[in-house]
Amino acid sequence: MLEAKHFYYDATFEGLLTAVFKVFEYKLSTVILSKSTAAQEHLFLEAETVITDLEQSSRVWDGLCKKLSKNGTQMLYHVFLSEIEYSDQLILEFCIAIFQGKAIEFDVAHPITSQLLKIKKKVSRERHRMTAFVRFRLTKDHIYFASIEPDFNVLPLISSHFKKRYADQEWLIYDVKRHYGISYNLKEVSVVDFEFHNQLDVFKTSTDFFALEEIEFQTLWQSYFKSVTIASRKNLKLHTQHVPKRYWKYLSEKQQ
Amino acid sequence: MTFKRTLEKLEILADAAKYDVSCSSSGSNRQNKSKGLGDASSSGICHSYTEDGRCVSLLKILLTNYCIFDCAYCVTRKSNDVQRAAFKVEEVVDLTMNFYRRNYIEGLFLSSGIFKSADYTMERLVAVAKKLRLEHNFNGYIHLKSIPGASDELMREAGLYADRLSVNIEIPTENGLKLLAPDKNRADFIKPMQKVKDEIIQYKSEKKQIKSTPIYAPAGQSTQMIIGASGENDFQIMQTSNYFYKNFNLKRVYYSGYVPISYDSRLPQIGSQVPMLRENRLYQTDWLMRFYGFDVNEILNPLHQNLDLDIDPKLGWALRNLHEFPIDVNKASKRMLARIPGVGMQSVHKIIQARQYRLLNWEHLKKIGIAYNRAKYFIVCNSNQFEKRDLTADKIKGLILQNSKSKYTNMLSNQLSLF
Repeated sequence: MLEAKHFYYDATFEGLLTAVFKVFEYKLSTVILSKSTAAQEHLFLEAETVITDLEQSSRVWDGLCKKLSKNGTQMLYHVFLSEIEYSDQLILEFCIAIFQGKAIEFDVAHPITSQLLKIKKKVSRERHRMTAFVRFRLTKDHIYFASIEPDFNVLPLISSHFKKRYADQEWLIYDVKRHYGISYNLKEVSVVDFEFHNQLDVFKTSTDFFALEEIEFQTLWQSYFKSVTIASRKNLKLHTQHVPKRYWKYLSEKQQ
Repeated sequence: MTFKRTLEKLEILADAAKYDVSCSSSGSNRQNKSKGLGDASSSGICHSYTEDGRCVSLLKILLTNYCIFDCAYCVTRKSNDVQRAAFKVEEVVDLTMNFYRRNYIEGLFLSSGIFKSADYTMERLVAVAKKLRLEHNFNGYIHLKSIPGASDELMREAGLYADRLSVNIEIPTENGLKLLAPDKNRADFIKPMQKVKDEIIQYKSEKKQIKSTPIYAPAGQSTQMIIGASGENDFQIMQTSNYFYKNFNLKRVYYSGYVPISYDSRLPQIGSQVPMLRENRLYQTDWLMRFYGFDVNEILNPLHQNLDLDIDPKLGWALRNLHEFPIDVNKASKRMLARIPGVGMQSVHKIIQARQYRLLNWEHLKKIGIAYNRAKYFIVCNSNQFEKRDLTADKIKGLILQNSKSKYTNMLSNQLSLF
């Protein structure tokens, strides 16, 4: 007999994939998925905490890789990183459908697929923006430091881009909202967890921490930015459409 | 380098370079080499946008704004009374490297006024690119201007270090060129373009045989035309554009609305409006030619020499060819789907994908993202609701304009009042 359950998982991607595994192990018909941080009882459903199992999650992932195109699996990971409410539920339902043999990946008018594609698009856009809007500032210790505050958790998605590109300089990109960063030591990229002192404004370029030439290059860049504007074509609406105001605080050219 | 002097030069030489609209950094496949700096992302990245809404992706500067020519439309023409400056090769290299390291830019766009001679100038441009590639192991994007009249040998070398090369033909017709730039001739522009085209073909075919053949101008060539300076109509402009796409395998032709910069009586006067809307319509036509399978003559021909400003060129074409419609989205070929006003190439692909699973109705089409207000007059789908009246072209145009608000409304009323 098929039954319904309410799963709690640890908010990791592997945890989510483990939940997919359990659905088939227990032969469940309906599953409601919640992050264990958001404890919310569901009246009529039996609750269970899914314990992340790396073996099970990788079996599910391998299965998905076989049944989906590269874009399809990439879409699922992107949607997971969106951290949008119910996005994990959508991923779960999509995976269930896929393993039940329903070919919905390219059915762009399907209700689940179309929602996933929409979220994927948002995350991709944010990923692309971060490859553009990261502004490195040279510290006194010769590390190129950047602080960002992306809408979605895109650091995992941009790390290889920056690794390939800035292979000959040490750098660190810090996500102020999620309190972690990725850093490169000329060999590999690693995730670093730390928090800044409360008093420190990470978006400000203070001469206590940053190299003297840093201030000069920022001035050069700001003046360049001003010089390339054609006054008679000014279009601030278009400008803010491309560079929304929430990003201005980490763009060197937007600092006064 | 002394910071203050560099700052001054940067202001002058960036200001002078800003009328070159190309800022694309896409289409190159150059990869990071032996842990150097940079990697030319094939999609291109706009790192910022100016307050006029244009992309900033490259450090776009002139090596110098000293020039021996006196082209009326150009801000750095010999007779213009502006501050002059010149960068040293080392300074440009230093700026590029440091801007790149901070993720401000995708690379360098280097142009120049012509001093002494074409070859002398081209040699300096090549020197900058060479130094960046060979001494600093810089693998970012480099766009160099091909200087009209430069020797074949220099053009060959330029392509070995640059990702893209471009010569701006600026004036769409030879007569216009004679009037505004009497000391230049069309042949000088075409010579380096021809050389680069031949080299690209040759290097590509050699690369097929010998893997170690160096890449040559992987992002191809482009050019630019000034719009509204010399009285050409849209038909002439797009004919020229088509000619260059077809004969020189150009990646892009840019259209730059003329920004008045002088009181020369041959040109629109200072204070007259930049034809931005017309520029936009030309770009739309360019896209229809390159991605939508239109032949340029379908959109502009001796009978229709100018594009409508109030509607886009695809809608204009559809209204002149109502006998081709309505199109059944569940059956039509890709070619015909691409011809429906309000349906872009992305929607075309999605429609083709989605209709394999079910017959599409209006709700599906809206979800896919078509511009319903324009498209609905030209489509039938899996629904009994469709335009049943036998509307004339004028009537459809009226209904569409009535029910939509163009972001150009203000500009349109301004520009139209000129006539």
